[in-house]
Amino acid sequence: MSSETISHGHAAEASVHSHDSHEAHGHDHHHEESFLSKYVFSTDHKMIGKQFLITGIIWAIIGGLFSVLFRLQLGYPEASFPILEDLFGKWAAGGRISNEFYYALVTMHGTILVFFVLTAGLSGTFANILIPLQIGARDMASGFMNMLSYWFFFLASVVMFASLFIQTGPASGGWTIYPPLSALGQASEGSKLGMDFWLISMALFIVSSLLGGLNYISTILNLRTKGMSMTRMPLTMWAIFFTAVLGVLSFPVLLSGAVLLLFDRNLGTSFYLSEIVVKGEILPNEGGSAILFQHLFWFLGHPEVYIILLPALGMVSEILSVNSRKPIFGYLAMVGSLFAICILAFLVWAHHMFVTGLNPFLGAFFVLLTLLIAVPSAIKVFNWLTTLWKGNIRFTPGMLFSIGFISLFISGGLTGIFLGNSTLDIHLHDTYFVVAHFHIVMGVASFFGMFAGVYHWFPKMYGRFLNNTMAYIHFWVTLVGAYLIFWPMHYSGLAGMPRRYTDWSNWQSFNQFQDMNRFISTVAMIVFAVQILFVFNFFYSIFKGRKVTSTNPWGANTLEWTTPINPGHGNWPGDIPEVHRWAYDYSKDGREFIPQTEPIGAYESKH
Amino acid sequence: MSGYFILIILVLASVLIFQISKASEYVSVLKGEEKSFKQSNRINAFLFILFMVLGLAGAWWCNELLYDRTLLAQPAASDHGEKIDFMLWMTIIVTGIVFLLTQVLLFWFAFKYQYSEKRTSYFFPHNNKLELLWTVVPAIFLTVLVGFGLFYWFKITGDAPKDAQIVEITGKQFNWMMRYPGKDNVLGRKNYRLTDASSGNALGVDWEDGASHDDVEASEMHLVVGKPVQLVINAQDVIHDVGLVHFRLKMDAVPGIPTTLWFTPKYTTEQMKKITGNKDFVYEISCDQICGSGHYSMRGVIVVETQEEYDAWMSSKKPQYITVKEGAAPAAPAADSTAAAVTATMSKPLAQLK
Repeated sequence: MSSETISHGHAAEASVHSHDSHEAHGHDHHHEESFLSKYVFSTDHKMIGKQFLITGIIWAIIGGLFSVLFRLQLGYPEASFPILEDLFGKWAAGGRISNEFYYALVTMHGTILVFFVLTAGLSGTFANILIPLQIGARDMASGFMNMLSYWFFFLASVVMFASLFIQTGPASGGWTIYPPLSALGQASEGSKLGMDFWLISMALFIVSSLLGGLNYISTILNLRTKGMSMTRMPLTMWAIFFTAVLGVLSFPVLLSGAVLLLFDRNLGTSFYLSEIVVKGEILPNEGGSAILFQHLFWFLGHPEVYIILLPALGMVSEILSVNSRKPIFGYLAMVGSLFAICILAFLVWAHHMFVTGLNPFLGAFFVLLTLLIAVPSAIKVFNWLTTLWKGNIRFTPGMLFSIGFISLFISGGLTGIFLGNSTLDIHLHDTYFVVAHFHIVMGVASFFGMFAGVYHWFPKMYGRFLNNTMAYIHFWVTLVGAYLIFWPMHYSGLAGMPRRYTDWSNWQSFNQFQDMNRFISTVAMIVFAVQILFVFNFFYSIFKGRKVTSTNPWGANTLEWTTPINPGHGNWPGDIPEVHRWAYDYSKDGREFIPQTEPIGAYESKH
Repeated sequence: MSGYFILIILVLASVLIFQISKASEYVSVLKGEEKSFKQSNRINAFLFILFMVLGLAGAWWCNELLYDRTLLAQPAASDHGEKIDFMLWMTIIVTGIVFLLTQVLLFWFAFKYQYSEKRTSYFFPHNNKLELLWTVVPAIFLTVLVGFGLFYWFKITGDAPKDAQIVEITGKQFNWMMRYPGKDNVLGRKNYRLTDASSGNALGVDWEDGASHDDVEASEMHLVVGKPVQLVINAQDVIHDVGLVHFRLKMDAVPGIPTTLWFTPKYTTEQMKKITGNKDFVYEISCDQICGSGHYSMRGVIVVETQEEYDAWMSSKKPQYITVKEGAAPAAPAADSTAAAVTATMSKPLAQLK
């Protein structure tokens, strides 16, 4: 291990030197970087991270706004809002959201938030900003690939955004785009041109994700500074590493699924189509399997939810430790549980398919493997609790969101034990119970992880602080609001109320929740307004926030806080620091924190 | 107009919040960072405890309010449903205990160990015994849940009894179509290329197959109480899902791949009206897999009745083959007026069928 570490260290140094000389040649001190090379086609990982973050924020506003729009329909099905017709024309004729529009909004809300916000916006941002800073590297292994990764994401965004404006509307078959619905233009307006845009956008997105992911993996494996062995890395690095591995191994499968769907749509193939009569028209396709797509989709789709969650798990662990002034409890168990989750993520995809007619014997294995995930998850929760225990907790905004994250992770994780059990899934599948489950554990919890990260590393990104009062309002309203929105949904789920219905008024079994729906919609609007407050705080503080005056405002051990307040391209003005210890020596031997760069003292106690 | 008014109020409120936030930042600088940090730290710690107390009270209140509207408040209408309800309660209890324990610890620790000058954190990096404890204990509980879950799973998905009644249900955008096998209890062969609703063959039945000649088609599902039934599930255009909420069951309808589902209804529709205290009670089939713009309206109705009532209903029906050969009006089982009354509110699917 040690010799390996040293050789890694040398490799890192070698590449650093070449980078340094390149820097010296490339940027004469008398010349400023041009606007284009600094802010647009930048190869600096910090700028690329910010590009991902700001693009993600813009998408989050759009995706969040869509949910407010369809919650209007669900909360006030009788009401009409003339302003909607002014804005959306035929899609909201008479001020009421049309069925096609409703399904387009639901589909785009899911697609945007899952892929563009919580994948690109979350791991794109923090992988880029944190990897080189926390492992002690000048930049990513390939700055150019990294830049391409952002610009492919940008292209994917442009295509997806364009699809919102075409005449037949964007894709509207749900974010899971199951064929034949998504394959047949006759079956749905959204399955016409909008679906092709969706698939092309997703193909570009996958290219972006792979370019980014390969870069993250090779950077973490090869460019760690001297002394930074794998087991000395902060947990954020482990989490991002596993996230990247998941993405690299699973996204190509979605690409294949998407390409086959494009073939079925445009070239007359029958991968997913068989024996179909649509609107009276008898189609020639025979021998395909609609279920095949679901296997391909969920082989990515399930790892995808961990791609979303893992970076949050890592950042929360780090922030929790820093602000409890205590080492994270059970570092190796935390790494091990991340590893276990990463492996199991590949082996559970069919638990989304228990009621497709899947062979029950096969289903049994997926039940077992799915519920196994609860074990590493439990380890993480108890380790976090023990980290808080006997700590000395500072409630910075990042810390508040981290604690909120744990609460949501518990609540949403426990309902996963219901849904992963196939017997219960027969009853609860595709009801509001599922909506409540995944919004809490994957949606809101990961957003909390992201917010925690933004509040914690904002000083590193922009050399300023976010406004605390606005942060506190943001946190408390969002936490309370998240529970008010999603807690009651468990009840409508236990009444069997199906997802993706625009209106329940014609049903005897599901029409008893109108008042609850109105309540949820009202809270959703308030929570959305508070997110806008956060966005305002974010952009305002970039320019006008309180300035950071010390290099290490949180008193943290990790390497990013050894750089100058506003690090340039290359991160450290002098040599890259050498690492002598793990990242979690807090409150050890009577010292509040001991940075990773400090050599082990002669009389230091062992642990 | 009121929309713009609300917008203006929102903008003003945001400006107000912004001004307060900015002012509080200046105040904290004047007061000294240390002092204002301690103050806000105490407030946030207190809010965590408050959140926990109010949250638990709110959860209780929510339960009081909504419990009776869920299916937990009424018995499952099928034998499989009873197993599922038992499993559900078991899971609720196990996860409920874990939920309470962990959430209370989380917020209690956050409050108790808030920053204090007098305390330094306890350096406690790892403890293998503790790790072992919370690996093994959850694993044991999960083993129990998996064990019960799979036991029931295999019971529910196992083979239907030999004497089970067979009913075929086919989904298309946006309604359900039923077919009964007739006296021979064998459904006639189908070929999707023969589908032609205008000539009375909306399901694409192959009339060459003699077994199809006594098959009865209907827009409503009639089942006999206490008698096992096996559903043969098809879809014509896109994936649908037969959701039987009162029976606690569900199965996808996939084009090209027939699926099956079996259960035994326990209560007739009339009995359920008494049990639920709802005189309009009706067993509904909901589509639970997004299938296009009319997904939310894809409703079907099941009537569970006694054997005599069922026989009377069935004898009023004419096999589709005979209807077609007589050249009579296609499909449209104009049949029973009670059903028409029940489904009157849902004109859309019925109208399409007619």
